[in-house]
Amino acid sequence: MKLLTGNDLVSGAVTWWTGNGWSIHVEDAADVGEHGEAILHAEEGARRVNAPYIIDALPTENGPRPAHIKDRIRALGPTVRTDLTLKPADPAAGDWII
Amino acid sequence: MYKYDNYDQAMVDARVAEFRDQINRRIAGEMTEDQFKPLRLMNGLYLQLHAYMLRVAIPYGTLDSRQMRMLAHIARKYDRDYGHFTTRQNIQYNWIKLEDCADILEELATVEMHAIQTSGNCIRNISSDQYAGAAADEVTDPRPWAELLRQWSTFHPEFSYLPRKFKIAVIASPEDRAAMRLHDIGLELVRKDGELGARVFVGGGMGRTPMIAPEINPFVKADDLLSYLEACLRVYNRYGRRDNMYKARIKILIHEIGADAYRGQVAEEFAHVKTLGIDPPLAELERISAFFAPPAYDAANVEPDRNDPDFALWLDQNVKPHKQAAYAIVNISLKPIGGIPGDATSAQIDVMADLAEKYSFDELRVTHAQNIVLPYVAKRDLYAVWQALRDAELADANLDLISDIIACPGLDYCSLANARSIPVAQKIATRFADMDRQRDLGELKLKISGCINACGHHHAGHIGILGVDKKGVENYQLTFGGSGAEDVSIGKIIGPGFDEDGVVDAVEKATEVYKALREGDERFVDTYRRVGLEPFKEAIYG
Repeated sequence: MKLLTGNDLVSGAVTWWTGNGWSIHVEDAADVGEHGEAILHAEEGARRVNAPYIIDALPTENGPRPAHIKDRIRALGPTVRTDLTLKPADPAAGDWII
Repeated sequence: MYKYDNYDQAMVDARVAEFRDQINRRIAGEMTEDQFKPLRLMNGLYLQLHAYMLRVAIPYGTLDSRQMRMLAHIARKYDRDYGHFTTRQNIQYNWIKLEDCADILEELATVEMHAIQTSGNCIRNISSDQYAGAAADEVTDPRPWAELLRQWSTFHPEFSYLPRKFKIAVIASPEDRAAMRLHDIGLELVRKDGELGARVFVGGGMGRTPMIAPEINPFVKADDLLSYLEACLRVYNRYGRRDNMYKARIKILIHEIGADAYRGQVAEEFAHVKTLGIDPPLAELERISAFFAPPAYDAANVEPDRNDPDFALWLDQNVKPHKQAAYAIVNISLKPIGGIPGDATSAQIDVMADLAEKYSFDELRVTHAQNIVLPYVAKRDLYAVWQALRDAELADANLDLISDIIACPGLDYCSLANARSIPVAQKIATRFADMDRQRDLGELKLKISGCINACGHHHAGHIGILGVDKKGVENYQLTFGGSGAEDVSIGKIIGPGFDEDGVVDAVEKATEVYKALREGDERFVDTYRRVGLEPFKEAIYG
């Protein structure tokens, strides 16, 4: 599957295209299939996302998992500061990255 | 310390106002990211893996307690309560919001700080010896010259769009504590027949093509130094490649045309530049130098009581001799075992500011090894300083030992990185946590980069580690034999790479080989240079 990701223009936060908007949670990300480029240009032009790009991901029972470790770290947060990740209370969350 | 005059302050204030307007226009949609990106980079604002990252300049790594407290304030108010001190003697904040950036820069400007020259293809923030003004072995204080270069280089109209970024280091001691010859220009201030001048090295650097700067001129008189540097930059600006960013650094130009040809072109250009009168008059040099006058040393020479064994350990490892017998140079390690190299919380930054104000004539330094220095501490105050550092978890006695690791932010933060650096540093430091073991190994400079750009200086590590992406999996190459000091050398890759745990094991095996083969006071790097790679390779790869 293909995901569309980027950063929020103002906050800089990592965001994921959900099909009808943007979420900071990769679990909400939608498969953009062949439509990624079109969505990317429309959303970037409307300043709803900054520096967007399309990535490969695998569907899992807990939602999409980006194929590359860099995007998994983007999705969750730094592996060395679990307190600053999106799941600070889940000590096993880091296993999802590696 | 240097204090801004009206011109300095007006320039920085104007830049903040200009950038505020640019940010507003970007948020309002009047600029695209392609248009905005070079403008934000000129103000130190990057877009990194998780958010915007702001890199704040600390010219030649020198700051006072007021500035240090401001860095803590920025971390507390606008970021996530910590900052990351870098190998360029700067500080980075990892979680900045675009809408806050102008306010941050405005607050920084109130204490004579900014983020100019921390990005872009300009002359970057000047770096120097963290012991400047305090080192017993310096021929002069390099800071007035670093400040002169700062003023010369900031907004230099000819050198704001160079082929590539340009880094200059200034030292004034035979012992190189600033990796001087791994800069685009390295200056070593020296005296010749009593006259002050500089050895000029040009074309060093790390990155994907590491090179040691050759000596281009063995002695440029201090009175000619700015003109000579202007000539060095002009030749680069004219002939440096702009068609390929990987071949655009001055080291590539000098490597391709040869040091002799470059030297000749600089001499020719210098003959012209010298007629332009850009070298400052004596009065201006004296004005700048006055800001760096020695502090009012007044302490009696009182040797510290070594009864507390932990304090004695710290004294032996982290405290260095001062040019004044009654004083000492204190190194504050930002490398706690299992911690993140270079990170400090806002509370810790405040503690260091307080200690500088109370015990170090209000001055601190940031080192390229990502530590902090209090340059002027009376020996009678060392125990009190150590107690305060210990209470703030800043008293690790590991300076220059294997756990004093330089590590770039790596893939945990950096969008350019291919692999994580910090977890490797944490695992190695934890493996060698025992202080007796570390001290037995002696000076061992271990440096880790998460990509070939080498922000973690792996090429200059006695042991270097380079993280690479091997088909989507993190992999780590080991290099041995590098040094950024006066025995400068580039490390060599020892063989196939390892996974994260494998590289930690390999480092441990290398230390065992060293212990078995070392002679006398040899450091790890000395033994490696004497015996060569083979015994290490055999132990590591079998």
